[in-house]
Amino acid sequence: MERMHVLVCAGTGCTSSLSAQVVEQIQSELVKLNLQTEVKVIKTGCFGLCQKGPIVAIHPDRVFYCHVTPADAVEIVAEHIYKGRPVKRLELTDIDEVTKEKIFNIDEIKFYAKQQRIALKNCGVINPEDIDEYIAMEGYMALGKALTTMTPQEVIDEVKKSGLRGRGGGGFPTGAKWQFAANQPKGQKYVICNADEGDPGAFMDRSILEGDPHVVLESMAIAGYAIGANHGYVYIRAEYPIAVERLEIALKQARELGLLGNNIFSSGFDFDIEIRLGAGAFVCGEETALIQSIEGKRGMPRPKPPFPAVSGVWGKPTIINNVETFANVAPILRKGSEWFASIGTEKSKGTKVFALGGKISNTGLVEVPMGTTLREVIYEIGGGCPDNKNFKAVQTGGPSGGCLTEADLDTGIDFDNLVALGSMMGSGGMIVLDEDNCMVDVARFYMDFIVDESCGKCSPCRIGTKRMLEMLTDICEGRGTAETLFELERLAHKVKDTSLCGLGQTASNPVLSTLRLFKSEYDAHVFDKKCPAHVCKNLLTYSIVAEACRKCGLCARNCPTSAITGVLGKEVYVIDPAKCIRCGACMTACRFGAVLRG
Amino acid sequence: MKTLQDLQKLRDEAKKRVSMREGDVRYRVLVGMATCGIAAGARPVLNALVEACAKEHYDCTVTQTGCIGMCTYEPIVEVLDQDGKKTTYIHVDAKKAVEILESHVKNGILLEAYSLQ
Repeated sequence: MERMHVLVCAGTGCTSSLSAQVVEQIQSELVKLNLQTEVKVIKTGCFGLCQKGPIVAIHPDRVFYCHVTPADAVEIVAEHIYKGRPVKRLELTDIDEVTKEKIFNIDEIKFYAKQQRIALKNCGVINPEDIDEYIAMEGYMALGKALTTMTPQEVIDEVKKSGLRGRGGGGFPTGAKWQFAANQPKGQKYVICNADEGDPGAFMDRSILEGDPHVVLESMAIAGYAIGANHGYVYIRAEYPIAVERLEIALKQARELGLLGNNIFSSGFDFDIEIRLGAGAFVCGEETALIQSIEGKRGMPRPKPPFPAVSGVWGKPTIINNVETFANVAPILRKGSEWFASIGTEKSKGTKVFALGGKISNTGLVEVPMGTTLREVIYEIGGGCPDNKNFKAVQTGGPSGGCLTEADLDTGIDFDNLVALGSMMGSGGMIVLDEDNCMVDVARFYMDFIVDESCGKCSPCRIGTKRMLEMLTDICEGRGTAETLFELERLAHKVKDTSLCGLGQTASNPVLSTLRLFKSEYDAHVFDKKCPAHVCKNLLTYSIVAEACRKCGLCARNCPTSAITGVLGKEVYVIDPAKCIRCGACMTACRFGAVLRG
Repeated sequence: MKTLQDLQKLRDEAKKRVSMREGDVRYRVLVGMATCGIAAGARPVLNALVEACAKEHYDCTVTQTGCIGMCTYEPIVEVLDQDGKKTTYIHVDAKKAVEILESHVKNGILLEAYSLQ
């Protein structure tokens, strides 16, 4: 008889910090104490708090452990599971702002209390490899309801009324997209799930597929019914092996139960899904390039129109929705469009999942209602910048997006607000930058990514981004002039206006956004030859303050290029700038703070 | 699976197996399982509670806890309601445990005969 469930995160983040070994250790300890029949260990998807992984949750006690090592697992079994004494030192805690006391109750921990989970509802709660657990959470009820009580047009109307917009980046109304495809003449049509998540730092789609693969399959079948398609593809990158494996298991289980296949719920509707692996090219997230890739061709975009809803994969009407969009469809059908439309802002309904990364205390996945402010997400849920550093900006929308600053923190996040502020929602990546980040360097990082990922079909993107990268590198390395700045901005606009697909059209955004918001940093690099954040090495100088130097020689001994000379105990040490490689080893070594960086 | 009813049946079965992961229950039943509790016979009590709950689907969770501090009264079973009101039952055995569930958890009637006065 089961009396306790031990849930261990088996998402990519926790797996890489040894959660699989934690599971094994817990299981072997349970066997030693002969508890294996009454305590069940379940591998789940992501809990969202990746910073504190591996995560272990124990129910019904509602105890939440973080940073669990295989050694800790022994203690958890012996103390908590056997004797009923939770291991306090491993428990996730918060400090109560008023009483300054520790909060152990998981429902009061700020990271979770502020969130509202729709797309991530089952992640970290169910075993993604067991269809029964998904069904226990009302899984496949939405599909059953649609097939047995609704017409395809009623399904589309319900999605339209909910106000759901595409979560992959553009925010196009999902119901309208479905309507276009449904309006095409009857015949072969396709449903594609875009799981080619490419933005650096974004991992919400991966987590949904790893933690709750069935919700995507169920929603794809609903979409198929709505537009009259009986075949679906999940286009996912091969570098997500855990997600691919769980999708395959989920597909097999759904087929075995007859929830995919022929004559689902005796309604006469057939639907099946195939997985197509992508090689991990950023441009294949663009829908026309994705279609080419599914057809076995080189992943390159083509001009639109015709839109995929008219002529998509194999020339047939096709709808392409992102993983997170699909994760919202089944809940909408189950709970109704009014429920969904009651969450969020006027034009952006529901919730959005964000992947918090960069200089933030709680790296991880969070899902909040649209309209939540950046301040709430970054400070209250994310815990702010670590080490008491000052917040500088947050980059949203990945390589296609832009930066938001302190002044924008109290803006509610939704599709339109972010665009108005010069950034975009994108897939939901949020990279927090603090005072130690150089904004020119950040722009260069994204441009470097784009140059790698540009498919090369159109010249503005192929050549323009390469030239922009060269200019940014010049600025970072101290060769920039007023002309470089002028040309950079001019070229950025040109590439934006003339590129073929979304990748090129948005490639300039990080440059334009940082130029607009952090012009002073560009100027410092170009005119003063200084990097205010001390990131660009070529613009740094190290020197030793003679009055502070104790002549101990520690700096000279740590210098890898022998650039520091002096006489132990007698003469003050001096750095030779010609030999110095600006590695900062002397600064770290000096115990008296005598090394100065400028 | 041929009909929506088949799915509902499967769902109701599956629900019973994951219900302990949801925090929203009317009562929390705690069993003292420290050395004193185990020595006094708390394990059969715990087993009886878990089995009865699984069979009857009472609106409660059964959890073990450490030493409650009244070792002479072990085995101790505490029943907490949603307002945090706590009733402490003492010298519980497997038979009494089932009675406590039946009376207190199912019908909301305190079993004064077994509780700490």
